[in-house]
Amino acid sequence: MTEVLTEVLNALLLLFLIVCAIAVAQIRDMLSAVIVFASFGLIMAIVWQQLSSPDVAMVEAALGTGVTTLLLIAAISKTRRAE
Amino acid sequence: MEDQIVRITSRLVTPFIQVYGIYVILHGHLSPGGGFSGGAIFGASLVLVALSFNLEVGAKQISHATASVLESGGALGFVVTGLVGVAFGANFLANRAAGFPLGEAGELFSAGAIFIITAFLGVKVASTIVTLFYNIIEGEEKSGDAH
Repeated sequence: MTEVLTEVLNALLLLFLIVCAIAVAQIRDMLSAVIVFASFGLIMAIVWQQLSSPDVAMVEAALGTGVTTLLLIAAISKTRRAE
Repeated sequence: MEDQIVRITSRLVTPFIQVYGIYVILHGHLSPGGGFSGGAIFGASLVLVALSFNLEVGAKQISHATASVLESGGALGFVVTGLVGVAFGANFLANRAAGFPLGEAGELFSAGAIFIITAFLGVKVASTIVTLFYNIIEGEEKSGDAH
């Protein structure tokens, strides 16, 4: 039972990952795209954890979700928000 | 980008992020994480303050010049710790052969030089992230000098 639930969780995570990746490319508003990209990084961190590499998951959560988002928001604040 | 909710949330959350970053750095040889992950977490908290308040508040915590000095200092500390091994007649970054006390396995102060090296790596990575942020924000005004 637990294995089945884990498989379902993994499938849902990967599905959400694909949806996020497509949405980042489609969204025209830069700030929204950055926020969706942050959620992509967060889901990616959980996927790394599911692939039993907690070290990479920690770096992904800190860099992919935290620092990248902060730097992109800093870049948006220096430029225009709309594409 | 001044916003009341963002400011109060970041003010509440920042100490916890910083303590967690220091925890990850110091437990690098015992649990997942280490100098790079912990330094990234700690640096992100410093950037968060500078971004949610303004640059003056951020510079009061850690200024661009301080971050640059810490960045170079972290790399220097790493190299000096590695050269201790050479000074005691072993390889570069030698741990036990250079005479570092290994301590009890599983304790915080164990694994000899790894503890010191991870701490220097954490300082280096955290200040690198802060320097990156300041370089993006101050990019146009300070494009003349090289960092």
